[in-house]
Amino acid sequence: MIIAVASGKGGTGKTLVATGLALSLKDNVQFFDCDVEEPNASIFLKPKIEKKEIVYLPKPIVEPSHCTGCGKCAEVCQYNAIAVVKGKVLIFNELCHSCGACSLACPEKAIFEVDSEKGVLEGGRSNDIEFWQGSLKVGEAAPTPLIKALKKKVDNKKTVIIDSSPGTSCPMVEAVKDADFVILVTEPTPFGLNDLTLAIEVVRQLKIPFGVIINRCDKGDEKVELYCQENKIPILIRIPFDRKIAELYSKGIPFVTEKKEYLVKFREMFKLINKELS
Amino acid sequence: MKQIVVISGKGGTGKTVITASFAALAKNKIMVDADVDAANLYLLLNPKIKSENAYVGSQSAFIDAEKCIGCGKCEEVCRFSAIAEKDEVYCVDDLSCEGCGSCVLVCPEKAITLEKEETGKWFVSDTKYGPFVHAKLAIAQENSGKLVSVIREKAKDIAVEKNADYVIIDGPPGIGCPVIASLSGIDTAIVVTEPSLSGMHDMERVIGVAKHFGVETKAIINKYDINLENTENIKKFCEKERIEVLGHLPFSDIVSHSIVKGVPIVEFCDEKIAKDIANIWEKIK
Ligand code: SF4
Ligand code: SF4
Repeated sequence: MIIAVASGKGGTGKTLVATGLALSLKDNVQFFDCDVEEPNASIFLKPKIEKKEIVYLPKPIVEPSHCTGCGKCAEVCQYNAIAVVKGKVLIFNELCHSCGACSLACPEKAIFEVDSEKGVLEGGRSNDIEFWQGSLKVGEAAPTPLIKALKKKVDNKKTVIIDSSPGTSCPMVEAVKDADFVILVTEPTPFGLNDLTLAIEVVRQLKIPFGVIINRCDKGDEKVELYCQENKIPILIRIPFDRKIAELYSKGIPFVTEKKEYLVKFREMFKLINKELS
Repeated sequence: MKQIVVISGKGGTGKTVITASFAALAKNKIMVDADVDAANLYLLLNPKIKSENAYVGSQSAFIDAEKCIGCGKCEEVCRFSAIAEKDEVYCVDDLSCEGCGSCVLVCPEKAITLEKEETGKWFVSDTKYGPFVHAKLAIAQENSGKLVSVIREKAKDIAVEKNADYVIIDGPPGIGCPVIASLSGIDTAIVVTEPSLSGMHDMERVIGVAKHFGVETKAIINKYDINLENTENIKKFCEKERIEVLGHLPFSDIVSHSIVKGVPIVEFCDEKIAKDIANIWEKIK
């Protein structure tokens, strides 16, 4: 079973919940930090990294001696990653999606592709938990190819927990799309509600069952509660604000190791999700 | 005219609360919400929308089932696994398709076309603080970087026309394409961080991106009293990297109250945190 932990708004406690859940279940758990722009779960799970794989994507290069400067490549590139100026081809790597259209289109076969590094996948263990994370190379624009590569490591026989990236656009969709259940973490402020409703739209469009965890549930107003009630959205856990939790978080200590009552809450939530899915 | 963007790497560090306060403090400025993916600044600025514009941000391949002979060449070239066979005709999965057009190039029957899609809207609004350019990306869309560029371009036009002194931008979280689009042509990037190991890790990465693109950065440490030791470490890091720390703000309940009320915190109260933010703005402007 795959459970993805996501949130429209960043900083609501996504990683806190994902790592807390993983530590509550332990057995047979595979954990994926798919927030490849800013991976943080390893700070809490402190895995021993055993494997590293660089993720490459092809990028086009022009062989000048074959190029006639016809401009076909620039014409077909849908991302404006190629310009042909005075018969010379200029390629803007940061705009390139590695789609290969330019090399398909070149009548002189003057474009070939070389590997370009996009980031790194790392795998290891944190006690009983199998851990994976991806980390986008600084300066690279596109996180989705890395998330795709990461998700190839998913073992369906395990309980898979995915820590998604925030937001509601392509990286978030890529992270949650094959999940059996999505946990949306929010906070009870207008910001939290605004971004929660967007995230719910995405999860509904993907037709994945979901529930909500309200973090710092006593800091804000009632609107998130009311919204969930009105729309019959299950609230899985409420976590009241606790300075101790914030301090543990700041030190990279998983809060469930000191607030043991949450171990039980997470296990109960997991049972509930299981029941709902069967 | 000075373009200032507020970023953080990690979400939820207080970026939008601080940007809204700058909006209230600065004179003669234009505001932009570049977090088009989960836009929140409008909740504090109370905009009246003056113009609404469609954003045609992406395209998807469409296969005409009548013309498709089922050769499968399109599936072969598609690098995004967006094409699959169903009952001997080929279909495109819109969510995976990146609209690259490779399939169009190889289809021998010319059965494939690229169709443009409206993937968001952008707005020019009036607020009591001045003009505000913001957007709403349709859910589950890519290319938010391009939408960021569109609204920033518009904001710049308005700034030139009105002879504004500042363009103040609320940036997106992360380090990917919308962040890169938010950083281009910026005079100063302000990184709002918090003294948690996650906040520090993310700050270092986003500062790396700003450096990569040659943008000057300055830092604000928010909720500094949650972990004083980490706050010291952030200061040391910034000193080493020659990044000016503009100030540090305490953890405060008033922040969530001001969000609930929908008012920039510097207008919501006279507490120390409001004065601290005002002092920070004095250093930036
Ligand atoms: S590989 Fe695709 S995106 Fe990259 S330059 Fe060629 S056509 Fe453009
Ligand atoms: S346009 Fe590109 S991504 Fe879309 S289906 Fe065709 S080859 Fe695949």
